[in-house]
Amino acid sequence: MAAITINNTPLTVPDNISILAAAKLAGVRIPTLCFLEGLDAIGACRICVVEVEGAKNLVASCSVPVTDGMKIKTNSGRVREARRTVMELLLSEHDGDCQTCERNEDCELQKIASDLGIKSVRYEGQKTAAHLDTSTPGIVRNNGKCIKCRRCVAVCNITQRVGALFPQARGFKTVIGPAFDSDLAGVTCVQCGQCAAVCPVGAIVEQSHVQRVWDALENPKKTVVVQTAPAVRAALGECFGFEPGTLVTGKMVSALRRLGFATVFDTNFTADLTIIEEGTELLTRLKTAILDKEPVALPQFTSCSPGWIKFVEHFYPELIPNLSTCKSPQQMFGALAKTYWAQKVGKKPEEIFVVSVMPCTAKKFEAQRPEMNDSGAQDVDAVLTTRELGRMIKQAGIDFAALPDDNFDRVMGVSSGAGDIFANTGGVMEAALRTAYEIVTGRPLPFDKLHVEPIAGLEGIKEAQLTITGTVPEWSFLENVTLSVAVSHGLGNAEKVIERITTGKASYHFVEIMTCPGGCIGGGGQPRLTDDAKRKQRIKAIYKEDENKKLRKSHDNPKIKQVYGEFLKIPLGEKSHHLLHTTYTVRERV
Amino acid sequence: MPETTTCACGGTVTEEQMSKQLDAVLAEYKSKPGALIPVLQTAQTMFGYLPDPVVRKIARELDKSYSEVAGVVGFYSFFSRYPRGAYLVRVCLGTACYVRGGNEVLSAMKKALGIDIGQTTPDRVFSLDIGRCFGACGLAPVIMVNQDVHQRVKPAKVGDILALYRAKSKEEIHK
Repeated sequence: MAAITINNTPLTVPDNISILAAAKLAGVRIPTLCFLEGLDAIGACRICVVEVEGAKNLVASCSVPVTDGMKIKTNSGRVREARRTVMELLLSEHDGDCQTCERNEDCELQKIASDLGIKSVRYEGQKTAAHLDTSTPGIVRNNGKCIKCRRCVAVCNITQRVGALFPQARGFKTVIGPAFDSDLAGVTCVQCGQCAAVCPVGAIVEQSHVQRVWDALENPKKTVVVQTAPAVRAALGECFGFEPGTLVTGKMVSALRRLGFATVFDTNFTADLTIIEEGTELLTRLKTAILDKEPVALPQFTSCSPGWIKFVEHFYPELIPNLSTCKSPQQMFGALAKTYWAQKVGKKPEEIFVVSVMPCTAKKFEAQRPEMNDSGAQDVDAVLTTRELGRMIKQAGIDFAALPDDNFDRVMGVSSGAGDIFANTGGVMEAALRTAYEIVTGRPLPFDKLHVEPIAGLEGIKEAQLTITGTVPEWSFLENVTLSVAVSHGLGNAEKVIERITTGKASYHFVEIMTCPGGCIGGGGQPRLTDDAKRKQRIKAIYKEDENKKLRKSHDNPKIKQVYGEFLKIPLGEKSHHLLHTTYTVRERV
Repeated sequence: MPETTTCACGGTVTEEQMSKQLDAVLAEYKSKPGALIPVLQTAQTMFGYLPDPVVRKIARELDKSYSEVAGVVGFYSFFSRYPRGAYLVRVCLGTACYVRGGNEVLSAMKKALGIDIGQTTPDRVFSLDIGRCFGACGLAPVIMVNQDVHQRVKPAKVGDILALYRAKSKEEIHK
């Protein structure tokens, strides 16, 4: 332990933590722009400088560890003046228009400038050259607003191991972006949006579908139906000042109705459907391998997360046969809404406009994949991020906090708790096990509250083994088989799992991969800035939503039974094959 | 992708030849840590510049992203993405050279060559760049032409220096 003083207050803190971390423990806030929890502090922005007694220069508190006896001042005149200078220099280059910026009121640069009491900028000079990159379906980059903090570089290269963004050129001409002067479409990008989720300013944002949705809502020829992803309900409240982890399911449904959506459905419904299809697919693969002793691609990887899918297509095309052929819940929903539900309400696919609300930017990419047209029209027409829905609610003048709770519409709005937990890392696996185990043994999954503890939580890679006994006759070949599963989140961790598999260090039957840290609750379209504390709170909320439901298992959902009875007939059947399953594309790696 | 690429020497090599030459370099460095910069340097020396297919290939083979390798290529002024002239003229604008008139030398050089920083003369004889200290501050202002150092350069003498190399390049062609 180190005995230090911060602003003359003595305290004892663990050795070698940064001054920034020590200050946090002491309840002292130090502004940061480049710092990101869990990644190496690079000290690029200099806004976190503090004074250390005996040190000649001010130090960057994010990257200097405390030492015993250290005397730190975070609020001296010298510190205030230095921070003000740093901020004014940043502002002198920043080509920002706060009032018209997508990030207005959600901008860390704006917030810190305000906290520092900046009323004027003493430096006049050239602005950063502006270039608007709209080349990809999910992400928009605006170089002029970039303050070169390099958070996006860290998440893209280290957390996600994609490497689309890197500092280009040098000095004043430095651009944080794709190779040389190409646009994002010119390099490999999985559209996960983690760059947009960490960008402190408006330099990286999502491609907005807000106007597209307003236009559809005003179009009398369109029947507009909306689906909401499981993770949205645990985060949307943050757009309106609610504590992270506040469940706002009922208010969200109310808000959507007031925005003008005639029908409010739930992606959770098709999450349940995914479990039936993907679970059956897994059991079929196991049967092929164990009973028929024929070659089949194992482990099976989950396919709900479109960033992960694109990652495999670019970097590991040899693993495409291992990906579940199931479409993601978003796309299953679109395909069913424009066929099954369209028939129920007497509409043609092209008369229905499907809007998704997703915690995700990669879903915008997924929705426009050319193969996602199985209903005869584009299955999902517009994808809003959680942040965009928050903005629409504000634009409509809806007082979110005052909204009453409302319920999803029937049929495609009914879901089990297993659908909810698709929102977080470990959730899809747990939901699949709840169903698969019960199909095979006739008994519920033998875990407290049905939660598979070893695969829950924020550990990067989690593994579990489950020995199956007491099988029903149809699945007796699985008797005494130990099912081995793995769960990971963040593509850097996914890469490690793949390495374990390809080097023979591990062997699994089923692997869940979610693109974003924490799973969808930490998605690139969620209210920002997400840290592990917020991830945990959102996950807690999702488990609460799950536990509060009478239905906990996908196969118990009566509406899933109904959709099979009325329309799909059997899992992996002909209709399913056509509408709910898909193919993947080998993509170049750049 | 162009089928043939012009090399710094004015000759042409096919992409296939380039690729083969590069393979040998990559094989040598591939498993070594910190391989990127030596490989780029060697490639730059081999081809006179770093054509885009070469940058992409190096990225692929060293298991790095194209954006990362591009970032390194763009950071160091030594690397060029475009063909350079037979003689690279680098005018030092380090502190010592700058205060002793480096900028005036640069202006004279631009005028004499009719090109700007980073450009190459149409006859491919000269390319112009700036340097940030060659470690010869006592001789300021300094310019380098390929490996030759010219000291205490006066703007008026720039033409003479260039004439020297222009004559040399003509000799080369006659040979």
